[in-house]
Parts: sequence; structure tokens; C-alpha cells
Amino acid sequence: MADFNVNLRGVGSVSVIDVKGYLDAHTAPELENIFNKLLDERQFRVVVNFNELKYISSAGLGVFMAYVETMRENSGDIKFSNMKENVYNIFDLLGFPILYEFFKEEKEALQKFDSQG
Amino acid sequence: MNSSNKIFEKELLIKSTTDNLALIREFTKSAAEESGFSDETIGKIILAVDEACTNIIKHAYKFSPDGNIFISIKFEESKFIITITDEGNHFDPARVPEPDLIHYYKQKRAGGLGVFLIKKLMDEVKYSTLTGNKNQVILVKYLS
Repeated sequence: MADFNVNLRGVGSVSVIDVKGYLDAHTAPELENIFNKLLDERQFRVVVNFNELKYISSAGLGVFMAYVETMRENSGDIKFSNMKENVYNIFDLLGFPILYEFFKEEKEALQKFDSQG
Repeated sequence: MNSSNKIFEKELLIKSTTDNLALIREFTKSAAEESGFSDETIGKIILAVDEACTNIIKHAYKFSPDGNIFISIKFEESKFIITITDEGNHFDPARVPEPDLIHYYKQKRAGGLGVFLIKKLMDEVKYSTLTGNKNQVILVKYLS
């Protein structure tokens, strides 16, 4: 019922996840599947592009919490880009900006990975 | 007529499945819009109700799809009151610790974010146990 789409694409050595629609307890498992796939393929550098995400609940936030440490242990990271203000406010309310990097544009997040080598 | 003078009560009885969350949000949204809240506040109310129902599905019914969730929304004298009742296991939010992001980060898990968010998003939150093994949470937002 909830309208959610997740798409995975590679940009150089970075995996970009495009999330679209409504990310809640019903749709969060679809995002988990993508992260599991990335771990299987040992892809640890991830940018999540939120350009078309309209809504997020704590179930969605929990997915990023569950995977970020593993990515970092393997010299990668999960970085966020193109987030709408209403979605960012929820991340902010929970203190995510302390632990995650947010970028206005996807290319800035990609550049940050490049500069980290 | 000032929208804050409106009085109404709406009800929704729904099964405890996560695919109903979209419907729950839609129901909450239309009631909040009718009450004259700003888009920003409507967003907060929708998220709080989603989180409360997600907790019921997850903790009270442990993802069993046959449980009942009864939602009643009442608006009177600038007070928007959402009452959510279930018949599942008793869920004590007081036992949910305040989320510590750094701790979660190390544990690779996240829980209790919902309870914390609800408290942040609403003006009043009250959990109670009713007779007949029912649990109830009342969420209040004032139209300022």
C-alpha cells in the first residue's frame, strides 16, 4: 500500500541508493535488502540520495543505524544527500547530524569519498 | 468561522499490519487538515501516530496481523486528541530507555526511537492500561 521505491546504481567506486516515496515500518525491509546485497558484494561506500523521499519514520532511520558501523569498519561510510527539509528535521530531532554527513547535492557526497581515497 | 471552533470526532478500526500504516497516515492527515494545522505540524502529528501504531504492531501484537487497532481523533476547543487503543501485550514505554545514538551506533541497532520521537512531536502523551487487557495511548496537539 505504501508507495516506496529503492534503486541501486554504481557511480565509480560508490554505490548510490535512490529512495523514493514513503519509508516506514512496512517498506524499511526493502531498504534492508539493498544494504544486505551491498554487504554481500563488499560494497561499503554508500550515498543515499533522498531527492524523491517524501516521508521517513524511525523504522527507516533504524536501517541506517544498523548498517553504518559495518560500512565504517570496512573503510566505507553511509552519506546522505538531497534531503528535503521535512525529512532532514526528523534526522535532526534524533541527533543524526553528529554521526552522519549530509550533503546538499549527490556529487558533493561522491567527491567526499573521492577525497578520502 | 474560525477553524478552531470546529468540533468533530472520527474513528478508524484497523488490523495490526504494517501495510495499514499508509491508511493510518491518510486518516490522520485529513483530520489534521480539517482542524487547520500548518503543514509542518500536520507532518509531526502524522509521524507521531505512525510511530505509536508501529509500536503497537511490533510490541503489543508482535507482528501478528489479526490484532485490532482502534484510532479515534477528536478536535474541540483547539485541542486535537488522538486516542489509540489495542488489545495486545502491555507495552510500557517507561521501560524504553531514552535513545543514545552513540550507543546504538556501537551496538548496530536502533530501538526506542519511536517513543522518543512521539514525545518530541506532540504536546502531551499519555499511556495507560484499561480494563479488559486493553492498552491506550492518548496524543494531544494544541492548535496555537
